[in-house]
Amino acid sequence: MTPDVTPDPLNQPLIALRGVTKRYGVGAAAFQALKGIDLEVAAGDFLAVMGPSGSGKSTCMNILGCLDVPTTGAFLFKGVNVEGLDRVQRSLLRRRYLGFVFQGFNLLARTTALENVELPLVYRGEPRKRRHDLAMAALDKVGLADWRDHTPAELSGGQLQRVAIARAIVTHPDVLLADEPTGNLDSERSIEIMQLLTDLNRASGITVLMVTHEAEMAAFANTIVHFKDGRVGGVETLRRPGADGA
Amino acid sequence: MLLTTILLSLREIRRHMMRSFLTVLGVVIGVSAVVTMVTLGHATTRSVQSQISGLGSNLLTILPGQGMGRGGGAQAAQPFKIDDVDAIRGQIGGVTSVAPQVQAQATAIRNAANWTVTVNGTTGEYLIGQQWALASGRVFSAAEEQAGKSVCIIGDTVKTNLYADDETIGTTLRVGRVSCEVIGLLAKRGQSGIGGDQDNTVIMPFRTVQRRFTGNRNVQFVSIAVDPRYDNAPIRDSISALLRERRNITGGKADDFTILDTKQISDALGNATAQLTAVVTAVAAISLLVGGIGIMNIMLVSVTERTREIGIRLAIGATADEVLMQFLVEAVVLSSLGGLVGLALAFVACLGLSIPLKMPFVWEPQINLIAFAISAVIGVIFGYFPARRAAALDPIEALRHE
Ligand SMILES: Nc1ncnc2c1ncn2[C@@H]1O[C@H](COP(=O)(O)OP(=O)(O)OP(=O)(O)O)[C@@H](O)[C@H]1O
Ligand SMILES: [Mg+2]
Repeated sequence: MTPDVTPDPLNQPLIALRGVTKRYGVGAAAFQALKGIDLEVAAGDFLAVMGPSGSGKSTCMNILGCLDVPTTGAFLFKGVNVEGLDRVQRSLLRRRYLGFVFQGFNLLARTTALENVELPLVYRGEPRKRRHDLAMAALDKVGLADWRDHTPAELSGGQLQRVAIARAIVTHPDVLLADEPTGNLDSERSIEIMQLLTDLNRASGITVLMVTHEAEMAAFANTIVHFKDGRVGGVETLRRPGADGA
Repeated sequence: MLLTTILLSLREIRRHMMRSFLTVLGVVIGVSAVVTMVTLGHATTRSVQSQISGLGSNLLTILPGQGMGRGGGAQAAQPFKIDDVDAIRGQIGGVTSVAPQVQAQATAIRNAANWTVTVNGTTGEYLIGQQWALASGRVFSAAEEQAGKSVCIIGDTVKTNLYADDETIGTTLRVGRVSCEVIGLLAKRGQSGIGGDQDNTVIMPFRTVQRRFTGNRNVQFVSIAVDPRYDNAPIRDSISALLRERRNITGGKADDFTILDTKQISDALGNATAQLTAVVTAVAAISLLVGGIGIMNIMLVSVTERTREIGIRLAIGATADEVLMQFLVEAVVLSSLGGLVGLALAFVACLGLSIPLKMPFVWEPQINLIAFAISAVIGVIFGYFPARRAAALDPIEALRHE
């Protein structure tokens, strides 16, 4: 059932956007959020997306996360055009390859941290014991093992952020998409989260795409993509993927 | 996988206690109302029918006057005489017994206790026609009937109130001004829907009651049992023709007597109770519908919360079908639980009400099954369709839902 997206021999980039546009609404009320994005992300990269509010960062991340589809243009994941996949196949693609950290957390209310983190594993059909172990490992990684029985209402903003990250990484995804993962945190906590993401990128080989407003956080990435008014305004390469440094 | 889904949905139900409770409440009220009302309706029908069949289904009672003896006509009409009884017995075929009856109220006294009874003057044929067995003793002999001896057969209520556990046969009982020998004890018949407690009776030979109680030669009613192989209607007609002739009623003049047919009465009462059951069932069905609308409201109110939840589940890799399955199972589990609680409540209510209402308690699997099935369907409809709409959205739209 899982769409066949094994890397092809031509060594395609993991992710490629080709002339992607996104238009919201119709007629006079229509709004062109993306005006033609071309972007390639290699496997193992750590990419930060920056740009003013309303420049289309979240819109682009949603398309990359297969949560939304482009109006025109192509999104190739491991060389496969996602547009050709149906709803079920896109679900399976998310389940198998992607982890998403939302700008607004999107945790289930009245549900403990542990159960929230277990949720993606439920849909993967993992047995109960394994679900528990993997979820505990993920919570441990974000430093929240002791908070497993707390519901979102009983957690701070930073803790919620970390539960959301734990839920995104519990399946060991190929790609982690994080929309402003440090948006609600003070700089000390933010740096902890960035170190966690860097570690996931370096040690586990997870490709990380992250939206941020703060240059300090973007500095942890290998590449910074600047969005401006629905277009890519510039790309800064700080270091090559896999390279040792700062 | 289904088991996991059921376990997950039970957890969701527990998590949203208030919502689950309100949802279930509608089903509980609807189901218990339907089952209670239908069960009680059936019990009423059944108890009325059993009382009627206790009267006998093939009995004709003839009384003077028109109407059930309530109108002024009854007084004015000429009473029957024993000759009329003999004429019916002699000239009408297809009847198994014809018995004259005279009744009076009197106080029965034994030792220090007294008790008001209905004194019934009739013949042994009456008991045969009524299929009324003796618990002990014997009926009147022909000689006792002819001579109007002071002998009597007492009903169960009389025994209970005046004798308790004492032997009745052979004792002397004072009824009004008459001392009579008790020769028989009637089997218990139970309460009757018509004419009060049939067991509160002292039966004496017809002549004895005429002479010692009513003081005239009138016959108040004639009780006739129709041979079960014959239809009541033609026999009723020929009795009517005979009595019109004997009472000189000619041409278009109305009868000055009434023939009550237990079969007609039981049909009429049966229809009335069936109608009652239908009305009550309709009321109950409306309450089930109202319960369903209650569920729908709760589901619609929670649709915002649920849509976001569906969005989250879709975003982390669930397919629309999986999410729907979960919601479906949750709805079915919830309304089945409500249905079961409703059935249990109805059971308790019917059991509790059957005592003050003096009705037999009957648990009817059919209506229980139907009500349960309906509750499940309501749950599915109102739980599933809002969820289906949400699952058809793109994850990002569902997440953005307000
Ligand atoms: N569902 C929608 N319907 C209509 N317009 C939308 C919708 N989603 C986003 N937009 C518009 O598209 C533009 C880009 O939105 P987007 O959320 O991608 O911005 P962003 O770069 O993530 O901003 P921020 O930094 O504030 O999160 C905004 O102007 C927004 O108003
Ligand atoms: Mg955004």
